[in-house]
Amino acid sequence: MEINIMKSKDLPEETLKTVHSNTENQKTVMKNRMETKNLTVKYGSIYGVKNISLPFQDKTVTALIGPSGCGKTTYLRALNRMHDLTREAKIEGEVLLDNKNIYDEDINPVTIRRKIGMVFQKPTPFPTMSIYDNVVAGLKLVGIRNRSLLDEVCEKALKQAALFDEVKDRLKTPAVSISGGQQQRLSIARALAVEPEVLLMDEPTSSLDPQATLRIEELIHVLKKDITIIIITHNMQQAARVSDKTAFFYVGDLIEAGDTNTIFTNPKEKQTEDYITGRFG
Amino acid sequence: MRRRRIHDKFIEILLVIATIAVLLPLIIIIFHVIVEGVSALNYEFFTEELGSPSRAIQGKPTGLVHTILGTIVVDMLALVIAVPVGIGAGMMLSEYPDHMLNPTLRIMNDTLNGMPAILKGLFAFVLIVKPMGTFSGLAGGVALSFVMLPIIARATESALLTIPWTIREAGLALGIPRWRVVISAVMPAAKTGLATGLLLAFARAAGEAAPLLFTSFGNNYLPDQWFGFIFNPVDTLPQRLYSLAISPYSEWHSMGWAAAIVLLVMVILAFVFARFVTRGKVQLK
Ligand SMILES: Nc1ncnc2c1ncn2[C@@H]1O[C@H](COP(=O)(O)OP(=O)(O)OP(=O)(O)O)[C@@H](O)[C@H]1O
Ligand SMILES: [Mg+2]
Repeated sequence: MEINIMKSKDLPEETLKTVHSNTENQKTVMKNRMETKNLTVKYGSIYGVKNISLPFQDKTVTALIGPSGCGKTTYLRALNRMHDLTREAKIEGEVLLDNKNIYDEDINPVTIRRKIGMVFQKPTPFPTMSIYDNVVAGLKLVGIRNRSLLDEVCEKALKQAALFDEVKDRLKTPAVSISGGQQQRLSIARALAVEPEVLLMDEPTSSLDPQATLRIEELIHVLKKDITIIIITHNMQQAARVSDKTAFFYVGDLIEAGDTNTIFTNPKEKQTEDYITGRFG
Repeated sequence: MRRRRIHDKFIEILLVIATIAVLLPLIIIIFHVIVEGVSALNYEFFTEELGSPSRAIQGKPTGLVHTILGTIVVDMLALVIAVPVGIGAGMMLSEYPDHMLNPTLRIMNDTLNGMPAILKGLFAFVLIVKPMGTFSGLAGGVALSFVMLPIIARATESALLTIPWTIREAGLALGIPRWRVVISAVMPAAKTGLATGLLLAFARAAGEAAPLLFTSFGNNYLPDQWFGFIFNPVDTLPQRLYSLAISPYSEWHSMGWAAAIVLLVMVILAFVFARFVTRGKVQLK
């Protein structure tokens, strides 16, 4: 690298980013795509999560881990305003997307959710729609009718979700006629079809067989070149395999967050170590 | 093991008896209506207007074509008014439970539901007949729509509430607007429940005579022009059935039974139609 400081200052920002991301020293340069500041979610008077401040760097995978009921799903749903539907849920603090709070008055939650996609813990196919219509629902239902475009998107998304070969001959059959694991991959394909910039995944592989799980993990590796991924998982090996960063939650608190390597090999907190090594949770 | 099987058999027999007990009165009624009315169901019944009693007494051609057409017009008018409003209200109640207008909407709906049918007629009288200065099919349609509305709204609400919230969340998470998710993903999933609601409402309203007494009023003749069905007094089956039944002429009595058969067939056809529509294609098109 012969670019001196003076020169690199003159370069347009885009170029600068490429230059830097090619260097080893990514940490200082990569910008935060998303970030939560003192985020608290309450259900009535019960805390779901308390005071979580956590950055998510652009084009990285962050794993959220922690025992059942510790607030992972609660936290994740706050990131694309899914709690808007839950009457008793109250949000405090900030969720920043590109440094703008998505809970600001002037923000349309629909636009936010378009950018921040979500895969749920359980498969959620639209029951009356075919496999095809499910995959392209996010496009079709906002008015995109171009048949060849939809066909293309459908095939690509199904391939990404490792489902295409299994369903390519019956795209027009009802989505509810395929198996639970296939429905889960269908849900993943559907989320990918709208090309989100951030993808939230809530235990996406918990209903999948090892083969499909592997394919989804490979997919995450590929997607990460372009988008930011936040994934909840109960599988420590999976967290270690797919993520760059890991955050450990415990009863509504963020105990520790950092590079996945560090968290798994040299955690600062005893609770983290106990959880990772399987002593509780 | 053996005893349990005998036990099962016993319960099964009880259930069959219970089913028969429920169906038997219905079968008897239908049978009786058909026996009494079928003789009056001739070609003229479906092609001629009723006219004055002397026609029937003197054996001149007489029928209820104006009543059958009038019933269809008035019921359709009622559906046209009640279906969009009722489904809209039901959607509002189930999909936007936190909306500030909802408590009011719910009270209005419950009040309308509990209101005696004759008062709904009175309501339509004040609303339509008074300003128009005449009884009309339109006023009858409005009165019947008040019968249908709360039934449709309630049925829509409960049909939509049976669809899991996760479906709505999945739609929203794709960046689809809320109303679009409801219309394209939730409503189709609830279509059987929705159709059942429409049907119940239709069947209920089609049999009502009371709200029509001072709205569509009744008429012994066909209107001169087709829009007479909408803007002039119109005959309807339940109400005509009643006036034929209380008339002193035996010819009109059997026409009343025949009118009952037609009404029955209309409601059954509606059920068959609804079954047909809600079955069939699963795909949303
Ligand atoms: N709609 C709700 N109303 C009230 N409390 C809720 C609601 N949803 C979640 N909670 C509570 O919030 C806490 C966190 O739940 P959450 O679903 O976020 O856990 P989780 O970490 O995702 O668990 P799991 O690993 O089992 O999925 C739990 O104690 C749960 O009971
Ligand atoms: Mg969860």
